[in-house]
Amino acid sequence: MMEQNLLLTYLLVVLVAGSLLLLIFNREKEKLIKYFGLGVSLIVFILSLILYFNFDQQQEGFQFIHKFKWIESLNISYHVGIDGMSLLLIMLTAFITPLTLLSSWNGITKKIKEFTFFMLALELGMIGVFVSLDMFLFYIFWEAMLIPMYFIIGIWGGKRRIYASIKFFIYTMAGSLLMLIAIIWLAVYSSDLLGGFTTNLLELYKTGPTIERSLQGFMFLAFALSFAIKVPLFPFHTWLPDAHVEAPTAGSVILAGVLLKMGTYGFLRFNLPLFPQASIDFAGIISVLAVIGIIYGALVAMVQTDMKKLVAYSSVSHLGFVILGIFALNQEAVQGAVIQMINHGLSTGALFLLVGMIYERTHTRMIADYGGIAKIVPFFSFALLFTSLSSIGLPGLNGFVGEFLILVGSFKSSVLGSWWFTVFAATGVIFAAVYLLWMYKRVVFGTVTNPKMEELTDLNFREKLVLIPIFILIIWIGIYPSTFLNVSDKSSETIIKNVLQPQKMELRIDE
Amino acid sequence: MNESLLINFAVVILFLPLLGFIVTLLLGKKVSKIFIFENLVMLIGLILSIVLLIAKVTTFNNVSISSEFMWIDMGDVPVIGQIQIFLGLLLDDISALMIFVVFLISFLVHFFSIDYMKGDIRYNRYFAYLGLFTFSMAGIVLTHNLLMMYIFWELVGVSSYLLIGFWFEKKSASDAGKKAFIVNRIGDLGFLLGLLTLFLTYNTFSFVEIFTEISQGNLPLNSEFGLTITGIFIFCGAVGKSAQFPLHVWLPDAMEGPTPVSALIHAATMVAAGVYLVVRIFGILTADAMLIIATIGALSALIPATIALTQNDIKRVLAYSTVSQLGYMIMALGVGAYKFAFFHLITHAFFKACMFLGSGSVIHAMHHEQDIQNMGGLRKKMPITYATFLISAIAISGIPLTSGFLSKDGILAGTYAFGTLTGHWYFPFIGFLVAMMTAFYMFRLIILTFHGEPRNKEKYEHAHESSFIMVMPLVVLSILSFFIWYTPNPMDPEAGWMYSDWIKNPELHTPENLRFGFMQSDVTSVITPPGEHRIMYSETYTAALHHVHGSAVFLSIAMAVLGILLAFVMYQWKKISADILADKLKPLYKFSYNKWYFDELYHKIFVAGTIGLSRLIAWFDLKVIDGIVDGSAAVTKAFSKSIGWFDDNVIDGLVNLTASVSAFIGLIFSKFQTGKVQTYIIMVIFSLVILLFLFKSF
Repeated sequence: MMEQNLLLTYLLVVLVAGSLLLLIFNREKEKLIKYFGLGVSLIVFILSLILYFNFDQQQEGFQFIHKFKWIESLNISYHVGIDGMSLLLIMLTAFITPLTLLSSWNGITKKIKEFTFFMLALELGMIGVFVSLDMFLFYIFWEAMLIPMYFIIGIWGGKRRIYASIKFFIYTMAGSLLMLIAIIWLAVYSSDLLGGFTTNLLELYKTGPTIERSLQGFMFLAFALSFAIKVPLFPFHTWLPDAHVEAPTAGSVILAGVLLKMGTYGFLRFNLPLFPQASIDFAGIISVLAVIGIIYGALVAMVQTDMKKLVAYSSVSHLGFVILGIFALNQEAVQGAVIQMINHGLSTGALFLLVGMIYERTHTRMIADYGGIAKIVPFFSFALLFTSLSSIGLPGLNGFVGEFLILVGSFKSSVLGSWWFTVFAATGVIFAAVYLLWMYKRVVFGTVTNPKMEELTDLNFREKLVLIPIFILIIWIGIYPSTFLNVSDKSSETIIKNVLQPQKMELRIDE
Repeated sequence: MNESLLINFAVVILFLPLLGFIVTLLLGKKVSKIFIFENLVMLIGLILSIVLLIAKVTTFNNVSISSEFMWIDMGDVPVIGQIQIFLGLLLDDISALMIFVVFLISFLVHFFSIDYMKGDIRYNRYFAYLGLFTFSMAGIVLTHNLLMMYIFWELVGVSSYLLIGFWFEKKSASDAGKKAFIVNRIGDLGFLLGLLTLFLTYNTFSFVEIFTEISQGNLPLNSEFGLTITGIFIFCGAVGKSAQFPLHVWLPDAMEGPTPVSALIHAATMVAAGVYLVVRIFGILTADAMLIIATIGALSALIPATIALTQNDIKRVLAYSTVSQLGYMIMALGVGAYKFAFFHLITHAFFKACMFLGSGSVIHAMHHEQDIQNMGGLRKKMPITYATFLISAIAISGIPLTSGFLSKDGILAGTYAFGTLTGHWYFPFIGFLVAMMTAFYMFRLIILTFHGEPRNKEKYEHAHESSFIMVMPLVVLSILSFFIWYTPNPMDPEAGWMYSDWIKNPELHTPENLRFGFMQSDVTSVITPPGEHRIMYSETYTAALHHVHGSAVFLSIAMAVLGILLAFVMYQWKKISADILADKLKPLYKFSYNKWYFDELYHKIFVAGTIGLSRLIAWFDLKVIDGIVDGSAAVTKAFSKSIGWFDDNVIDGLVNLTASVSAFIGLIFSKFQTGKVQTYIIMVIFSLVILLFLFKSF
């Protein structure tokens, strides 16, 4: 086995070892703990860069595969590997985590050791989800990841944190149970065809498409419900505003930045390749929900009085775009959806960071409490405008590329077969401008009416350090998206090819 | 000089303002004189654009030079094949001419602002934004494809947003910026759909490639309707950016921005981008699309002109006048008077920028007074501003010897000819009516501002002519409003180089059966180099144009003189009292004064409607959708409670028997409950290892 193939395992091992080592630390040494957590997450980021540079963008299929038997009786393996899409998401995770740790440097004041531990555990769970090629392994990471998030919201959250964390946990958990049943059913079904029980995703890719059409529909829905809740797709979104609002900044950023993407990732990794026929059958319905979500989320965002809630609802709107892109079922749209996942992570992540930064100073998130702060905190005002414009989808910044490709794809989509998806989705772009610029106007422009605001201090060096890497990426993707699009090009192509022209594959277990 | 050098020139011209923007923005706080750099950059850009224009109309006349690079490579896409998206630049007659106009006005506005904005707390930021705007505008002008046009189109929108809301402390300013951005986005939605329709059909955004396909008969969506609707969709973008009816409402509000910004963005360049866009796609418009465009243009020429008659804010009058003149251009394009429309774009850019800067000079002198009712008599205090303003007003009224006469008369003749050819007489009717109104309100403005006795003595006493820095641009722009720069014969623009070397007849790509009858090629088509689709208008159109030219000239001069006379009768000599007239025509007066109540109407329907709908949906979200979630939780809880009762009273009875035993065991196990995460983790790992071994041994 080549050394390179262990890279993904190293990635996981660093996180496991890092979080375990952290437990030995004396909880009094808060500074040391913070630096250690940041250090571990930076190592992970560097590893993700090594992954990027060793990744062959021209090659189809999975790379860096590492596999060994784990539970032999059930033929379950530790089986990891990535394609372009998962590479991008891993890089996003590895990029965002150190920034969130840095952002909560002063914001988190209690139980710093536990916080850092949970953040690293969360990163482990997220990366685990993106690398798993075994359904069993995937499911473990998928569920395990809920635990650190549950604690992050429940311990370091706002006033209604208990309600929000329980709602988050139970809602997402409930969705996953059907998926677990579907996974087991699929593995059992496949064991007849393959001559043995397996949860190896690459094997199931061969058997999934052979399932009879109506049954495929049920399987599709069982998976889809779980992912739709995670995304969240309208009307399964109500856990999100609560979780976002109550979570501490770092939690909101991770939630928006990465966690939601696991839902859209799930659709692309499981629903589309495993159940191609059902994907086509349900594309219309899901796209309708996606478009409703785009407009619905934007309209609800418009009338929010709490900045964080506004950003949370804007996520519902933006993720609607991603789902529309996925179910337009052509390469432009899927590529758009993949890049839009990254974009949303960056833009909305940055919006949450900014709201968090100002909240740390004023302890209010109410739009009405602000006004006229442009002169007092110029860098913050600039940063908020820049991020808003990115979120609005201004050409030259990242948001445009994703939205544009999704609109192109959905417009051309032969599966959807109607312009109206695109027309309605595009009105979402107008609404985005309305709610963000309106908020911006009320927060930043005008004259200072709240005397407390006079004492605001502008962003400090650490906070700028958190934002500037994100801004660089926002511009980079906006001006030259090919750097990122090329990474996922082959994986998107493969996914689409398999949906539109399912290939007859030889049914036997490769050892 | 060769072609590749020329296109590199264009690249440099495009990126110079961006450089200015970045440097000025980053160093703005530290280096107080950095605005000089921005001005210098614009001067270099202007010089380069002059070189470019001269090279283009001499050595490289008739050639289009383009250069592109691949932006997104989708590779081999399933079902469709290769998809690659290119961005690039195109230098042809119109882009070379337009980039010169943009840089000239941009430089003059930069220069003017040095004094006008003096003392502003965000002085350098202002220049940085001007740089960003010029960059975006240059991108629109120089692009060789629709996607890049759209990209820069939005960037222009943002720089406009920033500049309108530049004095964001004022609520009206930040409101106006937001309004401009959002109204523009509504138009851009159409633009985007047009873009997608074309991409769907051709998998390219390049003008040349799309035009070639269409002239070969491959229509968008494979239908004639597809071609018409595509044209109209793209035109929607122009409706937004050029503030055409019914999206014109943002432009008057945009006057909240600094006045030089109004001159640059909201008079000469950005709002002209819409016209430029229609000029670009003129070759693929069908007769149906053109008729719609002409109608929108005519309404946009008429409605704001009626509003401008009664406004008292000097900038608002100019703003409505701008919408009206842009409507002229759009109408001219719709009736096929392509050359005159583009010509008017240029002449209007000069004299309207001159008037806006002139109004800036007045406002500056009057200490930010904008109400013309408080002015009067300024002629004596500000002779140069007055003279340049007067020249521009004569030009916009269309009096011979000015540039405005040449272009406006052409447009009027075009609508007249269109009337004779198609029977759509309301276009020339509106055209001539608006010509009269324009002359009237412009001279009303001049008389109330500069003539008569000062109505506000105190402000008048303090007023003074502006400095050289502010006056110089006025002089340059007013000089450009004379005919001599465009043609040696003041009555006939066709005699000059403007129409022989600079603005040429468009290439038409629309299938002949979809064009107006008079736009079909016939034997008199100018002989063109092989391989070029340079189809001229037919003899019928040329003949019609010549036929009506004399009467059009007569009528347009008569209208202008009539309008000017009326203004003098009412405001200078006061033979007819404006107040009594307003009182007699009260409903009409109020309707005009209140801008046809568009803002109120839109606010009631769209703004209040959207917010009302949003509130309703937010309520629905909280009560219904989240209610279901919480409700199911409550149901589960209630169920659990009843089970719990059963458990407590029935099951627990049995359990209590074993309680003492459990308590004993619990005592032992409680030792493990340390409350420390480390311990738990170690226990978890330990149990995991055991579990693993258990599984292994199966």
